[in-house]
Amino acid sequence: MDLFFISLCLLILSALLSFLSRKGTRHWGCGGVFAGSAIGLVFSVQALVQNLTLTKSFGILLPSLSLTFGIDALSAFFLVAIFGLSLLTSLYAWGYLENQDLLLPSLPFFPLLVASMAAVVTAQDGFLFLICWEMMSLTSFFLVVTEHKLREVRHAGWIYLVATHLATTFLIVFFVLLYKKTGSFLFDDWALLISIPPFLSGLLFFLALVGFGTKAGIFPFHVWLPHAHPAAPSYISALMSGVMIKTGIYGLLRALTFLGLPPLWWGGCLVGIGILSAVFGVLYALVQHDVKRLLAYHSVENIGIIMTGIGLGLIGIAEGNAMITLLGLGGGLLHVWNHAIFKGLLFMGAGSVLHVTHTRMIEQLGGLLKKMPVTGVTFLMGAVAICGLPPLNGFISEFLIYSGLFRGAQSLSGLSLFLVVIGIVGIAFAGGLALACFTKVFGVVFLGEPRSCQKEKIHEVPLTMQIPLIVLSLLCLLGGIFPQFVWSSIARVLEVISPLPKAVLGHGDGVLGLLHPVVYACLIFLGLGIVVGLLGRLLYRGRTIRHAVTWDCGYAQPSPRMQYTASSFAQPIAVFFRVLFRPHLQFQKPGGIFPGPSSFAVQIADFAERIFFQPLFSQCDRIFGFIRKIQKGRVQNYLALIFMTLIVLLLWEVWFGI
Amino acid sequence: MVSELLKLTGHLAILLLIPPIFLGIIAKTKAFFAGRKGPPLLQVYYDLFKLFCKGGVDSRSASFMIRLAPGIVLSTLLMAGLLLPLLYEAPIHFRGDLILFAYLLALGRFFTILAALDVGSSFEGMGASREAAFSAFSELAFFMALVTLAVMTQSTSLSHIFQWGNTHPTFHPAVVLLFISFFLILLTENSRMPIDDPNTHLELTMIHEVMILDYSGPDLGLILYGATLKLFLFMALTASLLWPPTGLFGFQEIGYLLAKVAGIAVVIGVVESVKSRLRLSKIPQLLVANLVITTLALLITVLGGPI
Amino acid sequence: MDWLLIGIILSAFFLLGFSRLSSCIYIVALQGAMLSALPLLAKGSFQELHIVLMSLGTFAIKAVAMPFLLTRSIREASIRQEVEPIVSLHLSLFAGGGIAVLAFSSIKALPPALPPFSPMAVPVALTVVLIGFFLLVSRTKAITQVIGFLVLENGVFLFGMNLVGDFPAIVEMGVLLDLLVGIFVMGIMIYHINRTFDHIDTRVLTALQESEEETE
Repeated sequence: MDLFFISLCLLILSALLSFLSRKGTRHWGCGGVFAGSAIGLVFSVQALVQNLTLTKSFGILLPSLSLTFGIDALSAFFLVAIFGLSLLTSLYAWGYLENQDLLLPSLPFFPLLVASMAAVVTAQDGFLFLICWEMMSLTSFFLVVTEHKLREVRHAGWIYLVATHLATTFLIVFFVLLYKKTGSFLFDDWALLISIPPFLSGLLFFLALVGFGTKAGIFPFHVWLPHAHPAAPSYISALMSGVMIKTGIYGLLRALTFLGLPPLWWGGCLVGIGILSAVFGVLYALVQHDVKRLLAYHSVENIGIIMTGIGLGLIGIAEGNAMITLLGLGGGLLHVWNHAIFKGLLFMGAGSVLHVTHTRMIEQLGGLLKKMPVTGVTFLMGAVAICGLPPLNGFISEFLIYSGLFRGAQSLSGLSLFLVVIGIVGIAFAGGLALACFTKVFGVVFLGEPRSCQKEKIHEVPLTMQIPLIVLSLLCLLGGIFPQFVWSSIARVLEVISPLPKAVLGHGDGVLGLLHPVVYACLIFLGLGIVVGLLGRLLYRGRTIRHAVTWDCGYAQPSPRMQYTASSFAQPIAVFFRVLFRPHLQFQKPGGIFPGPSSFAVQIADFAERIFFQPLFSQCDRIFGFIRKIQKGRVQNYLALIFMTLIVLLLWEVWFGI
Repeated sequence: MVSELLKLTGHLAILLLIPPIFLGIIAKTKAFFAGRKGPPLLQVYYDLFKLFCKGGVDSRSASFMIRLAPGIVLSTLLMAGLLLPLLYEAPIHFRGDLILFAYLLALGRFFTILAALDVGSSFEGMGASREAAFSAFSELAFFMALVTLAVMTQSTSLSHIFQWGNTHPTFHPAVVLLFISFFLILLTENSRMPIDDPNTHLELTMIHEVMILDYSGPDLGLILYGATLKLFLFMALTASLLWPPTGLFGFQEIGYLLAKVAGIAVVIGVVESVKSRLRLSKIPQLLVANLVITTLALLITVLGGPI
Repeated sequence: MDWLLIGIILSAFFLLGFSRLSSCIYIVALQGAMLSALPLLAKGSFQELHIVLMSLGTFAIKAVAMPFLLTRSIREASIRQEVEPIVSLHLSLFAGGGIAVLAFSSIKALPPALPPFSPMAVPVALTVVLIGFFLLVSRTKAITQVIGFLVLENGVFLFGMNLVGDFPAIVEMGVLLDLLVGIFVMGIMIYHINRTFDHIDTRVLTALQESEEETE
């Protein structure tokens, strides 16, 4: 545990130093995160492999409160992801921030964010957890508003702040209810809680789902995500999307360990929300033109897949089917890691493109693969992985979830069967749409010819930015062909989460029995691909290859602007779901003999934002409008309010207290 | 051991050698309906040979993607072929191999689309866009059909699913519904007539053919061969629903396989002769209807009493 | 017999997806024909005269007379050949799937079908009834309303057969006659709406009411 605290101290120290230092902000900040996460990674891997369970309490601040850190398999599992990705991100940020003075001021928050995330997953009492949770929200808020001079960035930051605090409100109620029930803030005491009346446990589940789900970005609480992630600098987007939203998943899993045996409707609820998130996330991703916003929506999709897995696990517990539980929860957990890997990769890749071309709009890009081969190939790996295609890691976790769902379809009946079938079809549809989405992104950004005239010289990014991409794409491949080595750690995590007896968890071998053949098949496929590829090249031996212009159907002057655009690419699906998108079209037709400038623009508002949040907040605005009268901006007024509250509380205590 | 090796060789031989002939059968059927003589049955083999002997023409806009894609697409199809039982159990079979089967096909599609976008032609982009959209919709019905099969046979391995002929009546309503649905998926995935016209040379209206406009020489050969292989796989899959593999190994069984696949090929030829291509905006509707059909099959399987 | 049931339910789905009025009418005719074959198959013999008669009568009315009347009224009113759905055809198909899922999952709540019929018959009947309703709700033209009404009636007919088991001929004939009269009335009405307003959009019928108020 000492290593962990050393790493935390290093992170906080580096934040201080980079804040104080004039010239060395980048060195102290990135270097500190690198060192801190390296040490933390060593510790967390060790803890996960050796299955350590440690706790350590710190000085007593208040009579009934102590700050307890602790680690078990569940914490270690998330800790590995956090430190691992932070390590690579710090390397990336080193290159990314060079000569980017505008992005530097927020850098001291970077180590703090890493530290607070690490603290969130290791906090072992509710009080500490909430403090760290709030720290995490605030530091990430400051990172999001790095470019605060832009109006849209401030707007995004504002949405993020409101969303995250509303979520925290639910969490505070959740923790206070548990405290009332047990008289303690320690997670250990909560885990011993056995008999909770069904109504209370249902309420607690709902609170945890909304509170943690908002952070994780489940539908319909995902609205902050597509605003905040594109606004942040790319290395932070990678970190936020890769691991920060996973703390929501961690929180939910941790909360499940307190609530006893889950009834069927919890699992059903999670599967339903998961599928909604997956399908809506990818549908909205498909119609985005901003590559980072698109990736943010894909986070919603992947969180949906993870939620489906966890929900399936809960259904398995409720139905007493161990194998389904293992496959669902295991697949969901594996997807947590996998998503951290490929989403980190994709955001950093997008960041590299932004770094070089200074635009996030995919319609203006094109043909980058020839100029940025490393970024291009690694981005391709990430794209294949996120679509869940073999032989990369995304396929393995989706395979586990699918196996669980198919098994559920074979053995369950009634409502569970319905949910499971919806799950299979939903994930398959999301997969098909994700394929459409990433062929669009990769095809438009990296292939073809440059669309708008790019004046800057396009070149490959510096080595420090390439290395993280290469490492992550290798991890994608390794996760695809050697997942069995990860399974043992996942099995340990499952022991922590699932209230099933250990004898039932012994079925873990069954999962390995499922994994082995599919891994071998993937290896055979890789071999086959290499052989066929070489044979294909052999056919060209001694043949002449001429180079010519692309077949253009006889036009005299083909220009890059005639390429198919991303919006056109997504159009068939967008038209099919037009009821959902309600696109706002701005179309200025060309007219006359000498047509003037014409334009076409589509804007699509988020469904949840339009249907749910806007009416909700405008109602709130109307109802609570009168409070604004108190806000006059005079300090005395606020002081008076505080004073009056104190008096009222005092009176309350005098009259009712004794 | 020796018999295993023999079976593997037989499977591979069928996969590698037979597929192009069925394109010839479809062409013959269509020629018969049009009152023409039609190209010889082995025309596709001649075409392949011709293409493999040629050099190539590359687009100046293209990157290495266009050279990479044919190999990857072909290997996904070969791998999928290794998972599909033709006469006996497939050479590679395990629980959950139907998921790998579906995802291998998706991987092939991914690279076909990317290769189409690589040359920066708007026609090929158009085809790629349609392919991406329609395949996402047909994925829905395909997975629903897979679920139905998995529930029906309590198995998630293609080899076991299609060995059910001994225990189940194959002409059960649910199975026939699945057959219809698989046939529609076959037409969609292989860009056959009511969805796409494989013969037209008007770039604006095509789906699959337009995506490979810029290919030439051996690469085009690989793609053509891959297309025949894919068609063969889907025809074998569809035919196996109503006439499952017997589980024996011999020349008679090979004949049976070829006969039933040829039967499907003839049906495709007939459909292509009598139907016109659908309006593009109608295609998603057809695919959703297909989803409804598979849903009905699942409902019958689950709730409509035992099979 | 399962085959006929599947055919009936599929024809109901097709009605949701097809946009040409003439094909819709053919499908309704086909559905009627399948429905009329059902009693014969259920009894499995041609011995009982009233079953045969009833089957023939159903066939004559549902598969021949009504489609003929409908086709004629289309021709005479020279209606454009497309339905104009309020809900798009894709969504209608999705809704049809949803209806089927709903109907099949409520199989336990429904009374079981009597012996000659398979247990699937009741949910099929329910699906057809609901799809008929859906057609009535989601289509605007008077002629599609008639089609929806026919589908609804087919579903009710199927329901009756399942639950009664036997075929009280008089009741059935009464229903059929009712319907025939209904069709006649509708046909005449379509003709007249068409004469008066040049189209047969039932949404515009509300305009009648307002104009009356104005004259008063």
